[in-house]
Amino acid sequence: MDVKTGLFYVFAALLLFAAFRVVTARNPVHAALYLVWAFIQAAMIWLLLRAEFLAIALVLVYVGAVMVLFLFVVMMLDINFDGLRQGFWRQLPFAGVIGVVVALEMAAVLIGGFRMTEPKAMAVLPQLAGQASNTRDLGILLYSEYVYPVQIAAVILLVAIIAAIALTLRERKDTKHIGVDAQVRVKSRDRLRVVQLAATKPAQAPAPDAPAGDPAPAAPAEKKP
Amino acid sequence: MTLTLGHFLSLGAILFALSIIGIFLNRKNLIILLMAIELMLLAVNMNFVAFSYYLGDMRGQIFVFFILTVAAAESAIGLAILVQLFRNKSNINVDELNSLKG
Repeated sequence: MDVKTGLFYVFAALLLFAAFRVVTARNPVHAALYLVWAFIQAAMIWLLLRAEFLAIALVLVYVGAVMVLFLFVVMMLDINFDGLRQGFWRQLPFAGVIGVVVALEMAAVLIGGFRMTEPKAMAVLPQLAGQASNTRDLGILLYSEYVYPVQIAAVILLVAIIAAIALTLRERKDTKHIGVDAQVRVKSRDRLRVVQLAATKPAQAPAPDAPAGDPAPAAPAEKKP
Repeated sequence: MTLTLGHFLSLGAILFALSIIGIFLNRKNLIILLMAIELMLLAVNMNFVAFSYYLGDMRGQIFVFFILTVAAAESAIGLAILVQLFRNKSNINVDELNSLKG
């Protein structure tokens, strides 16, 4: 048993332990941290498989971005987690049977069927054989053969950005916030209205069809009877 | 005893089974459900990387790249929906998400 095999077993054991704790942890913050651990162990196993770029990308993208997002959400929301664990142990026998059956079936097929021990040589372009790195190979393939899928992936990320912002954005009615652009754009005549007033009131001519006398006391006089 | 492709595929299978168990166990907690889905995608990515190494084909790693993209988008939108759900219902219990029921 060489060093690589030993390292594989160490990383696999840690990965499976972390994954088990993710699904059984009582506190979701602990679950998220165990998931970080699982991702790091998976990145180590990918390094054993010489997928360096993907291992680093897994650590950067998942541990650095996605899991921090998870932690933000878990810590920001005040959720009663004890109520969510009701029926947890009641499901355990059923879930255990299903999981063991799935794992045994897949492992029985895979362990027997794939006894490949020697990896084939990996080279994207024949003239780069022997000097190509993993990142360089990946880049050559991504930007030549898979350039349209890369653009579709970019559109997917853009849609995700827009959807996440559109879902969580809300207008708050109770803030006293003033828009700066509206303040700058305002003209003086929007705020101040200059009214031309004559210096003295002209004498009021009596209306032609009004009854005799001045019309001002006439209105209360009608109410009297 | 050297490593074979079957070792890595079995690891992926056990990881997948563990996340299935997690989905059964945490049927009410939406956050843990999202985490279990992330674990499933990790198991699938493990298979892709292992096949890519042992078959000498780089395209497996390209697919892992795209799966990572889609998974990041999925978890971002899922968490946004979860935040919105918590604002409206003050709860993330999956059993109470029956507003669409006719």
